[in-house]
Amino acid sequence: MKVILKVWRQNNAESQGAFETYPVDNVSEDMSFFEMMDMLNDQLVLDEKTPIAFDHDCREGICGTCGLFINGRAHGKIRGITTCQLHMRSFEDGETIIVEPWRAKAFPVIRDLIVERTSFDRIMEAGGYVSVKTGGTPDANAIPIAKRNADEAMDAASCIGCAACVATCKNSSAMLFVAAKVSHLSLLPQGQPERNERALNMIEAMDEEGFGNCTNTGACEIECPKEISISHIGRLNREFLKASLKG
Amino acid sequence: MLNNKIPSGPLAEKWTHHKFSSKLVNPSNKRKYDIIIVGTGLAGASAAASLAELGYNVQAFSYHESPRRAHSIAAQGGINAAKNYPNDSDSIYRLFYDTIKGGDYRSREANVYRLAEVSNNIIDQCVAQGIPFAREYGGLLDNRSFGGAQVSRTFYARGQTGQQLLLGAYSALVRQMNRGQVKFHPRHEMLDLVLIDGEAKGIVTRNLITGEIQSHSANAVVLATGGYGNAFFLSTNAMASNATAAWRAHKKGAFFANPCITQIHPTCIPVASGHQSKLTLMSESLRNDGRVWVPKKKGDKRHPSEITEDERDYYLERLYPSFGNLVPRDVASRRAKEMCDLGHGVGETGLAVFLDFADAIERMGKDVVVQKYGNLFDMYKQITGEDPYEIPMRIYPAVHYTMGGLWVDYNLMSTIPGLYILGEANFSDHGANRLGASALMQGLADGYFILPYTIGDYLSGKLGEVVSIENEAFSKTESDVKNRINNLISINGNRTVDDIHKELGLILWENVGMARNKSGLEKAIDSIPKLKDEFWSNVKVTGVADELNPELEKAGRVADFLELGELMARDALNREESCGGHFREEHQTEENEAKRNDKDFSFVAAWEHKGNNLPAELHKEKLIFENVELTTRSYK
Ligand SMILES: Cc1cc2nc3c(=O)[nH]c(=O)nc-3n(C[C@H](O)[C@H](O)[C@H](O)COP(=O)(O)OP(=O)(O)OC[C@H]3O[C@@H](n4cnc5c(N)ncnc54)[C@H](O)[C@@H]3O)c2cc1C
Ligand code: SF4
Ligand code: FES
Repeated sequence: MKVILKVWRQNNAESQGAFETYPVDNVSEDMSFFEMMDMLNDQLVLDEKTPIAFDHDCREGICGTCGLFINGRAHGKIRGITTCQLHMRSFEDGETIIVEPWRAKAFPVIRDLIVERTSFDRIMEAGGYVSVKTGGTPDANAIPIAKRNADEAMDAASCIGCAACVATCKNSSAMLFVAAKVSHLSLLPQGQPERNERALNMIEAMDEEGFGNCTNTGACEIECPKEISISHIGRLNREFLKASLKG
Repeated sequence: MLNNKIPSGPLAEKWTHHKFSSKLVNPSNKRKYDIIIVGTGLAGASAAASLAELGYNVQAFSYHESPRRAHSIAAQGGINAAKNYPNDSDSIYRLFYDTIKGGDYRSREANVYRLAEVSNNIIDQCVAQGIPFAREYGGLLDNRSFGGAQVSRTFYARGQTGQQLLLGAYSALVRQMNRGQVKFHPRHEMLDLVLIDGEAKGIVTRNLITGEIQSHSANAVVLATGGYGNAFFLSTNAMASNATAAWRAHKKGAFFANPCITQIHPTCIPVASGHQSKLTLMSESLRNDGRVWVPKKKGDKRHPSEITEDERDYYLERLYPSFGNLVPRDVASRRAKEMCDLGHGVGETGLAVFLDFADAIERMGKDVVVQKYGNLFDMYKQITGEDPYEIPMRIYPAVHYTMGGLWVDYNLMSTIPGLYILGEANFSDHGANRLGASALMQGLADGYFILPYTIGDYLSGKLGEVVSIENEAFSKTESDVKNRINNLISINGNRTVDDIHKELGLILWENVGMARNKSGLEKAIDSIPKLKDEFWSNVKVTGVADELNPELEKAGRVADFLELGELMARDALNREESCGGHFREEHQTEENEAKRNDKDFSFVAAWEHKGNNLPAELHKEKLIFENVELTTRSYK
C-alpha cells in the first residue's frame, strides 16, 4: 500500500515549525507505523536529507516513550494502544496521515516530533513515592491487602507516563497522570502515612509546571493507552479536598 | 591473576561473614564521596537510590529522558523469591540449586547462593514501596510457576512486573533526586570511561539534545547499562539497548566474560517481514497453561482447527514428561528450531510452532484466561491480527537476554579497580542459561542489597581522594570521543547504519544463534571484521555532531556491536562443549541434548582487550563446586 505523510518538522524549541509532505510507497500491512517511518527515514538518509526525529524505545506499548498525534488523535484512532502498537493495516491505501508532536506548554518541542516531558518527573519528585529506605521492611505478607484494592491500585499503577492525556486535553491538564499515581498509593495501606502531603504536593508541582486545570471533559480517558479511568480524577479531587481541609 | 574474592567458609555463611569483614565507610564520611552510576534501569535505579539513602553523592546518567523508560520496564512475567508462601517446599537452598542447575553449572556457587539469600528481602522491599503485586482473595501475595522450577515462587503484577518494579525503584530514586542526593542527567549517553592511574574515576558523556561532550569525575563508577542482545539487530530488547558503555569499559581494561552465552527465548511472535524492527516476547508464563505443538505431518499447512488431536505432536510433553511445557528456555527454544528445521513448522514462513490455549479455556473458563493473560492476548492480536482465543498463537524463539557481560568479582567489581557492574551488564549469576523471573531478581539484588555493602570496601581506602576533571585523562578521553564522532560523520558512504546492523544481525543469528558449529563460527569470525571495515568506509551518517542526531547515536552503538560480535563468535568457537544457551552441534547426546565438558570447560571465559585489531586474550576463572554435584540436566 501507499500513504502520504504530512509530518511536523521543527528544528528546535526556538525555531518555527511547519508541515512537510512525504509520499511513502511499498508499505506492507504488517508493518508497524514506526517501521513505516523507519523505512522513510532510511530513504531520507540516502537522499542526504535529515531524517524525522521521533521518540520510541520498547515498541511494545509499555515504556511510554512514544507519542504522536495522528490525524488529530493522540496515539491514533484505535483505543487502548500506544503509537508504537499501531499497524499499517489500520490505515487505508492512499490515505493522507497527519503526524504531529504532543502540544502543551509544559512540553517544549526538542525536535520534530520529540518533546521534553521532564515536567512529569518533577511532579513525581514532589511526592509520587512511599518514603521507605532500602532494608528493614516487614515481611511482605505482614501487610494483607484486599484483592479488590490491590487490583484497583494496579489499574491506576499501569500508567506509562506517556502524556497522551495532556496532549489531548484542551486545557493541557495533567490530572489523569497525577490521579493515577495518587490513586494507586492512596488505595494501599503503604500509602496512608503520606497521603495528604502527597496529594497537596503533587497538585502544587503540577500547577507550577504550567499544566492547565481539569474541566472534566473526559477526553483524557478516551485517549489513554492504558485506559486509566477518569474515576481516579474523582478520587484525587476528594484526596485533595480532604488534605486541604486538614491544612 | 583473576581473583574472584569469594569468601571462604560454608556456603550459607559466606555472605554474612563477608559483610562483616568488609571495610565500612563511617556515616559522616559518606557525603565526601561521589559515585557515578550509568544506567537507571532496575539495577541502576535501585543502586542509585540505596547509595544516596546511605549518604553518598550520586550522579546518575541515562540516555533515556526519564529513568522510568529503561528497558526493564518491559519485563512481563515476574520475579522469583524463595518465600515458600505456597508451602510447596521451596527454600533458599532450592532456589540456589535450581538456579545453578538451570544455568547448566556455569555460574559461581557463592554468588548464586547470595542471590537466593537476598531474594526474599527484595519482595519485602517492593511491597513496602507500594508495588501492587497480584494477591489472593485473603489479601496475601499470589505466586505462579515459571520454567525450570517445580515450585511456584514467582511474584507478579499482571503481565507488567518489570514496569511495577521499575516504577518502585524509580520512586525511591525520585525521592532522592528531590532531596538533592542524586543528580540525574537525562538524555546523556556515556561514550567512554576515564581511568586515572588504572582506576575508574569518571566518564565522558554526550548530551543527546545539544551534542555537548562533557566530563564527569567521581571516586567510583558503576555501570548498570543492560545487556547486548541487540547485537543481533532483531531481539526482544528495546530499540536503544546497546553495549557501548560495557564495550568502552572493556577496551579500557575490563574483561568481558562469556560473551557467547546468550539466551534465545522460546515464546516470541515470529518475524513477519524484512522491515521488522524488533521482536515481541510473549511471556513465558503462557507456557503454564498453553500447550506447544506442531503437526505430525511435515509441511502440513491446514488450519489448526482441522488438525485432529492424533495428528498433533505435543513434542515438549512427549520428550519431557515431568517438566512438559515448562522446560527451561534453552531446551524449549532448541526443540522449536529443531521441529521447524525438520519441516514441521507452521505459518507462512514455516518458522513457528503453535502455543495453544484451547484446553486451558475449556479447563478454567475464558474469564480466568482473560484475567491471567488478557493483556498478552491483546498484544498478540494487535501485532498479528489474529485472535488467540480462537486460533492458537504462533511463536518462535528470539534473542532475549545476555548471560555474558563484563566480568565481576564477588563484590561486583570489574577488573578495573573502582568500576562496578550491575544487572544484565555483568556476566551474572545465571551461568549458561537464565531461568525465567531471575533477571529482575538479580538486578534488584545487585542494586538494593549487594553493591551498597560491597562498595564501601573500596571507597574506605579512598578517603580524602579528590578527583577533578582538570586531570588530563579527561581532556584526552574527550578528544578521543570527539574524534570518533567526527570520523563517523565524515565517512558519508552509501549504506545506512541500520542496513549494516541488519547484516551483522543475520551473521550472528545464523552462526552464533541457537545452534553453533565450527565452520559457521569461523565464517562469522571471517566476515564480521570485513563488515566492520565496510562500516568504517561506507556508512552514511547524516546531520551534525552538535545537535540531536539519532543516526549518529545508532552509528556509535553499531560500531561497538561489530567488535563485540566478533568476540562473541571467538568465545563460541573456543567453548568446545554445549552448555545452556550455548549449543555446539558437535557436542550433543544421542537424544540431541546439550553435552557439557566439565573436565575442560568448567570455567568462566574472561577476555582481555589487547588493542584494536589484535585478538583478545583469554583468561580462565575456574568454577569450583563444593556443594552441588554436577549432573547432566534432565527435565524428562
Ligand atoms: C520483553 C522482556 C521481558 C522480560 N521479562 C522478564 C521477566 O519477566 N522476569 C525477569 O526476571 N526478567 C525479564 N526480562 C529481563 C530483564 O527485564 C532485564 O534483564 C533487566 O530488566 C535488565 O535490567 P538492567 O537494569 O540491568 O538494565 P536496563 O533496564 O536495560 O537498563 C539499562 C539502563 O542503562 C542506560 N544506559 C545504557 N547504556 C548507556 C550509556 N552508554 N549511557 C547512559 N546510559 C546508558 C539506559 O538508559 C537504562 O537506563 C525481560 C526482558 C525482556 C526483553
Ligand atoms: S494516564 Fe494514560 S495517557 Fe496519561 S500518562 Fe498515564 S498512560 Fe499516558
Ligand atoms: S515505544 Fe515504548 S510505549 Fe511506544
